[in-house]
Amino acid sequence: MADPQFLFRDEAASAPAVALSAFGEDTNATAVRIEPGEDARALLPHLDRLSLVEVTFPAFTDGRGFSSARILREAGYTGELRATGDIGVDMLSHLRRVGFDAIAPATPLDPAEAETAFNTWPEVYQATVVDGRKPIWALRHGL
Amino acid sequence: MYSYDHYDQAMVDARVAEFRDQTRRRIEGTLSEEKFRPLRLQNGLYLQLHAYMLRVAVPYGTLSSAQMKVLGDIADKYDRGYGHFTTRQNIQYNWIKLEDTPDILADLAKVEMHAIQTSGNCIRNISSDQYAGATPDEIIDPRPYAELLRQWSSFHPEFLALPRKFKICVIASDTDRAAMKLHDIGIQMVKNDAGEVGCAFYVGGGMGRTPFIAPQIKAFVPLDQLITYAEACLRVYNRYGRRDNKYKARIKILVHELGLDEYSRQVEEEFAHLLNQDIEPPLAELERIKAHFADPAFEQGLSDDLDLSNPKFARWVKANTAPHKVPGYTIATISLKPVGGIPGDASADQIRLMADLAKDYSFDELRVTHAQNIVLPHVKKADLFVLWEKLVAADLATANLNAITDIIACPGLDYCSLANARSIPVAQKISQRFTDNGKEETLGELKLKISGCINACGHHHAGHIGILGVDRKGTENYQLLLGGSEGADTSLGQITGPGFNEDGIVDAIDKVTDFYLAERQEGERFLDTYRRLGMAPFKEVIYG
Repeated sequence: MADPQFLFRDEAASAPAVALSAFGEDTNATAVRIEPGEDARALLPHLDRLSLVEVTFPAFTDGRGFSSARILREAGYTGELRATGDIGVDMLSHLRRVGFDAIAPATPLDPAEAETAFNTWPEVYQATVVDGRKPIWALRHGL
Repeated sequence: MYSYDHYDQAMVDARVAEFRDQTRRRIEGTLSEEKFRPLRLQNGLYLQLHAYMLRVAVPYGTLSSAQMKVLGDIADKYDRGYGHFTTRQNIQYNWIKLEDTPDILADLAKVEMHAIQTSGNCIRNISSDQYAGATPDEIIDPRPYAELLRQWSSFHPEFLALPRKFKICVIASDTDRAAMKLHDIGIQMVKNDAGEVGCAFYVGGGMGRTPFIAPQIKAFVPLDQLITYAEACLRVYNRYGRRDNKYKARIKILVHELGLDEYSRQVEEEFAHLLNQDIEPPLAELERIKAHFADPAFEQGLSDDLDLSNPKFARWVKANTAPHKVPGYTIATISLKPVGGIPGDASADQIRLMADLAKDYSFDELRVTHAQNIVLPHVKKADLFVLWEKLVAADLATANLNAITDIIACPGLDYCSLANARSIPVAQKISQRFTDNGKEETLGELKLKISGCINACGHHHAGHIGILGVDRKGTENYQLLLGGSEGADTSLGQITGPGFNEDGIVDAIDKVTDFYLAERQEGERFLDTYRRLGMAPFKEVIYG
């Protein structure tokens, strides 16, 4: 399991993540990995025992992991949410916006370029709720 | 019309900076073409047969004259002096250099324009009715809702790597002028029994190789739930749309395979969940946007009288103007379909002239139509003759709106790397033939649409007469379709039979239109006669 190159929480979880199919039987597991075709909502009954959910991006063009992440955060998951796989620098700001707080690209990214990428957007148009940013419409109306 | 505040401007400026950096990394080689491709596509940059093509967004087809002027200047400065207006109300340039693109985007940003999400597997530019805010037949101006959706869909972090492209259209009139039901999501602004305005949602329409007319999924979404409902529709699609086959990846296939009831059930479940997530902008934001679309300062009490003693002017007025909601005004369409020309093309000089005319005669406003023409939405009838004379001088006064020569055509094999056949030469031949033989005017409304491959960018499924270019054993071959429509009576055309070569397809159209002229009953358009008689007799005159 790759350590995250980018971490936005105090420390990274260390427990090895098990596949979603194995997670149901392994009642001691505290870390799980979900693939793009798997339903993140299957984890909702178990959120309180989870310290790590790894969401894989086998191909950067497959955006299902963005929905998985947001669904988990919307449900109140507060543990580590880690994006892994084919992650390019241009995805970083969006990964943060849907609630990832750990990012482990398969190929390490240039730190300076990553720094720029995380700061791409001065403000944001949407309330994703999970990233703590106030959308532009809220700023416009003093909400 | 809408104008940016400092937030909007900062977002577009940030996008220009981001793309400038991406382009630099691509040119330096640290970003591979494979990784760069989706990034450039989401900035409207395609790699075509001969060069890069840049597609610039014209949100809901509305432009100011200052914006139009810049579009003309870009055609001169970075292209070969032409721009091509598209079926999604945008404009594209066919001879662009990669290294110029960041500068073009910066030029656009100075007049509050961009190329954001005009391509790629994301939510595309929102389209709308080109007569919005001017026509008497709408319940409300649909553009504020389109603008709200534009902001929501711009850089939406969850929906930037969808299974496939996603097109949304918003209209507010039963007379559908924007092919609303042929979009991934079509929204019609409606009033409920209590007189409140809301949105009827249609989901899963589209053309392409498997055309579908969008079924209605929800009859009334209240305005304060619009974004939340759209988000639910998109989330279900992002999670469950097919990704194993790009030809089955559009939402129309998901809706078709799940069935409307099951897709709708999943959307309702997601909607119920999202309603608790507090993601909806307040109605005050809609009110703020609506204020930008207030009527211009129309003069009151003007006469509707018009001197039609000049027969050429009279013909243009009859063909190219539509009723306006305010007495003494009219909606004038500038045809970009001159005889033998390239549908939707305009020279830099013509683009700048149209900008000037909008400033002088249309409260500074223009619209791009999905039929690839330009509209001056608010022209005083007293100014119409002078306006027409100026259009005549610029070769922009073709009187053929909705006629057989008002052809929609994709760029085809002359430009496009996907095409199987050329579209433009066929359009030119038809336009020439039906002008020369004088049938154009006699035929009345007859919408003809040409696609150079089954991706259907030329909307051939929705033409009263459609032409589909295919490759048959290495030669270009054209199939004929009859009976499509993109209006309120949306229908999909049916293929007549074996295809034709380039001259043969023009002859075949001559035959079916002759048959129509012989058979038509009082007041019938070609489409009406076809619907009454069915395919068989038309087939007989073509192949019999």
